[in-house]
Amino acid sequence: MAIDLVNKMETMSGAKALMTALEKEGVKEVFGLPGGANLPMYDEFARCDIRHILTRHEQSAAHMADGFGRVSRKPGVCFATSGPGATNILTGIATAQADSAPMVAVTGQVPVAMIGKDAFQESDIIGMANPVVKYAYQPRTAGEVPEAVRKGFFIAETGRPGPVLIDIPKDVQTNEAEMTFPDEFKIRGYHPWSDPDMVNSEKAIDMLLSAEKPVILAGGGTIISSAFAELQAIAEFLMIPVVTTFKGKGAFPENHPLSLGPIGMHGHAEANKIMTEADCVLAIGTRFSDRSVGTFETFEKRLKIIHMDVDPAEIGKNQTTSVAVVGDVRASLRIMVNLLMKKAMKKTEENNWLKHVKETKAYWKENLKLHPGEMGAAKILRKLRELLPHQSIVTTEVGQHQMWASLFFDVIQPGTFFSSTGLGTMGWGFPAAIGAKVAKPDVPVVDIAGDGSFAMTENSLATAVLEDIPVIVFVLNNSTLGMVAQWQRTFYQRRMIGVDEKHCPDYVKLAESYGAQGIRAQSMDELDRAIKTALSSNVATVIDIPIDPEEDVLPFVAPGTSLADMVLPS
Amino acid sequence: MWAILSLLVENKPGILFKVTHMFRSRNFNIDSISVGVTDNPEFSRMTITTIGDEKQVAQIVKQLDKLIDTIEVRQLDEHKTVYRELSIFKIKLSNANDSMEINKLANAYGGKVHDVKKESMMVELTATPDQIEAFQELAKPFGILDVARTGVAALQRSGA
Repeated sequence: MAIDLVNKMETMSGAKALMTALEKEGVKEVFGLPGGANLPMYDEFARCDIRHILTRHEQSAAHMADGFGRVSRKPGVCFATSGPGATNILTGIATAQADSAPMVAVTGQVPVAMIGKDAFQESDIIGMANPVVKYAYQPRTAGEVPEAVRKGFFIAETGRPGPVLIDIPKDVQTNEAEMTFPDEFKIRGYHPWSDPDMVNSEKAIDMLLSAEKPVILAGGGTIISSAFAELQAIAEFLMIPVVTTFKGKGAFPENHPLSLGPIGMHGHAEANKIMTEADCVLAIGTRFSDRSVGTFETFEKRLKIIHMDVDPAEIGKNQTTSVAVVGDVRASLRIMVNLLMKKAMKKTEENNWLKHVKETKAYWKENLKLHPGEMGAAKILRKLRELLPHQSIVTTEVGQHQMWASLFFDVIQPGTFFSSTGLGTMGWGFPAAIGAKVAKPDVPVVDIAGDGSFAMTENSLATAVLEDIPVIVFVLNNSTLGMVAQWQRTFYQRRMIGVDEKHCPDYVKLAESYGAQGIRAQSMDELDRAIKTALSSNVATVIDIPIDPEEDVLPFVAPGTSLADMVLPS
Repeated sequence: MWAILSLLVENKPGILFKVTHMFRSRNFNIDSISVGVTDNPEFSRMTITTIGDEKQVAQIVKQLDKLIDTIEVRQLDEHKTVYRELSIFKIKLSNANDSMEINKLANAYGGKVHDVKKESMMVELTATPDQIEAFQELAKPFGILDVARTGVAALQRSGA
């Protein structure tokens, strides 16, 4: 390697430049799977300090990077080869995009001269990924690699975070060039920051102060920007109840007297109820997704909406707003708290609205009918909450268990709960938990799972065991694609098609076959012991909890209806 | 509402795809699009005309602005903008007087005549889309054999 000390230029291969650039970004781990077109970059693992974590499917590598990114708030990195390797990570990239998670995916590509010739394992991954990435680079010469990495990380982690793809042709990996690693660079069309909007912040405050029935709706953006203290400050100062979207679950401690939990299709009854009664909502970092707000039109007319978001394109996309505050929500909330303290006194007395909110909350705590059996979902998840330290990270798969987690698993420490909420990707939770554990090895990490969803990426058990990443998979096993079954029971007159998993596989034996620990819990006592055993073990553990396949997730707001039309347990 | 959007974009491969894909994926429509490099070879100017209500056009502008390769996105006020489209018509000649009539028509619209043959002639017309469509209506009775249109190119007037 020739080093030009004057110009800080070094001659090296594109692959070496990639790894050097990743090290400069502070990357310590890469999740991935090798193949023909990314072998030159894999060869560099032998000569650098970055740890490679082998996955058994590229989709899982992307989910691991996603989980790592959401927990560490730094882009997680995944590697895949060209062709099928690249197409396999697409679902993972789309999942990260839908939930605004920072990620850098690096794929191998056929050599430049072969591109467009339908070569072996060639796929136009730039074309395919374009709709689901924040940005994509395909360096055509080795010398372009360092800048692609620097800009890629910058784009992935700033503004509204998202996935960036870097697709590197094999000859670009092997060719040598004089490399400069830029500290400063310019992306002309990218402006992730805007100045704080003082005028609209003040308007928002005035609107909140004059509202009779205000509510705060905290979305996922609140968690992404870590605006926990600011959210709590404004809620407590004005004594305003806080609901969240599902992605915003845990933005606000769910044991706080002002917390009502998530709204939405499977929102908390009290949250949906209060949302439909409010006259003013402070919506923080949310896109007003259909799953959160149902058909909003039915009550939006009398609702004043203050919308805060870092992404200007979210303002007015799904929801017309009264006041918009564009910018990082944490910075904007800070300004609003300061303005508030100048303008008003901290509220100390409960007004009629807050009394009504608390009565509603108490009523539903008392009166929501739960499954009568010993192993009902609510009891199981409350047991997990009881035994799991508050700083633990929880991910979920996608399905009934996910919505039960939303209803019955209270997040106490903000920013410790993650789920595939936008794309709703089954199989996300387990690999994401592995990524989360890599980012935060000192806290327990639990994937709240269902049998159907866990089955999609269960081969990540190999990664958890061989790479010594001891996460807990908490399987609420109804041997059914439960959410689909619930819809078939509800909307298709119990015509159950394609949902019975017939107790296959046996998840205890499956876990053991990978060298993980498998425990079956068929009673509350067994569950208590299983959770304690899993928490004190240093090996990945699958807790298999058989449950009633007929248990529905309720309350339920049917698609295309309003939050006011919530269906309750009968 | 018919809207004219003017985009300054990076002159790199794949940008046209990103811009048109945004329209498709978010259920908007492109009425016309024209692209050309600017005096600075690093940039291209795209002019897109679209149809949508005020909210939709505002959302289109924001979503285009969000694309990292767009440097500047503006909605132009058509009353403060010079906008033109180039069109070429191939028109059938059936009767002895047709070529003279079409020549007159072309002159009235400021068009130019090309390729006059026994059975057809061509008219090149640079005008606003409305004027091109009006010309087309009047030329229809002769028999229009082919049309090629470029889509609108537009720049805002100085001081507007």
